Amino acid sequence: MNTIVISIKGVSYQYPEQESLALNNVSLDVYKGEWLAIVGHNGSGKSTLAKMLNGLHYPSKGTVMIGGYALNEENVWSIREKLGMVFQNPDNQFVGTTVQDDVAFGLENNGVEHGVMQERVFASLEKVGMTAFLNQEPHHLSGGQKQRVAIAGVIALRPDIILLDEATSMLDPLGREEVMNTVRELNEKEGLTVISITHDLEEAAKADRVIVLNEGRLYTEGTPQSIFQLDRELLNLGLGVPFAVQMSQLLADAGLQLSQRHFNEEELVSELWTLNFKM
Amino acid sequence: MMEKIIFGRYLPSDSVVHQMDPRAKLLFIFIFVGIVFLANNVVTYALLGAFTFLIVFLSKVKLRFLIGGLKPVLLLVLFTFFLHVFFTKEGDVLTQFGFLTIYKGGVIKGIFISLRFLLLIFVTSLLTLTTPPISVTDGIESLFGPLKKIKVPVHELALMMSISLRFIPTLLDETDKIMKAQMARGADFSSGSISDRVKAIIPLLIPLFVSAFKRAEELAVAMEARGYKGGEGRTKYRILRWSMRDTMAMLFLVVLSAALFILRS
Repeated sequence: MNTIVISIKGVSYQYPEQESLALNNVSLDVYKGEWLAIVGHNGSGKSTLAKMLNGLHYPSKGTVMIGGYALNEENVWSIREKLGMVFQNPDNQFVGTTVQDDVAFGLENNGVEHGVMQERVFASLEKVGMTAFLNQEPHHLSGGQKQRVAIAGVIALRPDIILLDEATSMLDPLGREEVMNTVRELNEKEGLTVISITHDLEEAAKADRVIVLNEGRLYTEGTPQSIFQLDRELLNLGLGVPFAVQMSQLLADAGLQLSQRHFNEEELVSELWTLNFKM
Repeated sequence: MMEKIIFGRYLPSDSVVHQMDPRAKLLFIFIFVGIVFLANNVVTYALLGAFTFLIVFLSKVKLRFLIGGLKPVLLLVLFTFFLHVFFTKEGDVLTQFGFLTIYKGGVIKGIFISLRFLLLIFVTSLLTLTTPPISVTDGIESLFGPLKKIKVPVHELALMMSISLRFIPTLLDETDKIMKAQMARGADFSSGSISDRVKAIIPLLIPLFVSAFKRAEELAVAMEARGYKGGEGRTKYRILRWSMRDTMAMLFLVVLSAALFILRS
């Protein structure tokens, strides 16, 4: 659990023709097999960080090491094999004319042999539960299904890390759950390291560890519980606190003795109804 | 909205023609377009006609689909027919209306040319009816492959074609959405003079273009993130297989060309 797969040291980045730094002296490590959520409001630098991890930007200062490779133009293709990325808009990352063509796209790019390619396309569609849609065209799929195909396209390349860049923000609640469950399964069963970049704290609540970015700087990091203890502070950063956390805060303000700030509705409910039990 | 589009309309089936290699079908059509011009008398046209109907029969495509596909070009066919009838001055005079003299040679030529047109349209629309668009793209990429040696970007062109095909429904949906959004704001697309209607399209086209460019940019980033670095060292998921039936079709075409050569006057 403690092997470092990504190590970012003192990274700064400035967009051309912009005065402020999009990332300002950020340092962080990502461990193998963990689920890390990076949260922040718009303009906090989280998307810039995501693009950097995939070599779409290079740091102006500092170093990024991914899976043993230093991020530079020479290594960028090896890094892209190690780290797959799922983007926000389900439509604008679907390249193939059918589901199987799209999953094969990354494999084709990497010159995988035809027989192996077929095996991997089927295997990865199986992992995301989309085998029934092999020859389906993208406009017949829902947003959640398209994102699952995108995930299949990523895992077909057998990466160590999957990076979700706001991958659920354009989906309805059902699609969001579909995608999150798929990712959870891959994280637990395949030991895939997950980095999810989001402004949705409910999604972040599912992570093992949360990093909060603000104005290009690392604001704080910790477990979801410890992050949600900051509730007022989070609101000041422009992040919506999940309902259960807000509710526990209000109940605590009203004088109720709760053991902790719950970030999960079920836990809150079960503490509430057992609150007056005297055993 | 998709249903209205005839271009690239593919009718799935398991006929011999459907199973042919798209390269064979493309080659077949290139050659067929050439040899149609060999026919110049009744026997050769009859032969070509019989041949075309044999392919239509083999493809199991219903005749009404082919005839439906004819509608847009029918006007052109009639126009050519009358052009030949009125302006070819060969053979005996048939009738005369005022300054117009109709010759027998003109009528015959008109019929032949229209027939030539119809046969070409039948055979080419059979291609799109029996081949999924993506296979046509694969076929073109493979056939034009040798042009890579003279630096024609064949792979890139084929990829562009397949991405365009993939985005047609997406953009149609989007057009529909923008149209409704503009109508909700009071835009009127269906009344007024022609120039009014053309002007009404502008608030439809501009948002569509803006979003298409945005999509293109995001798609390019996504492709790069998935390791796309051009055609070099790339393998193909779809593999084209040239089988016995494709060779047979080609041989058949050679025999037909020979027959046309011998029978033409």
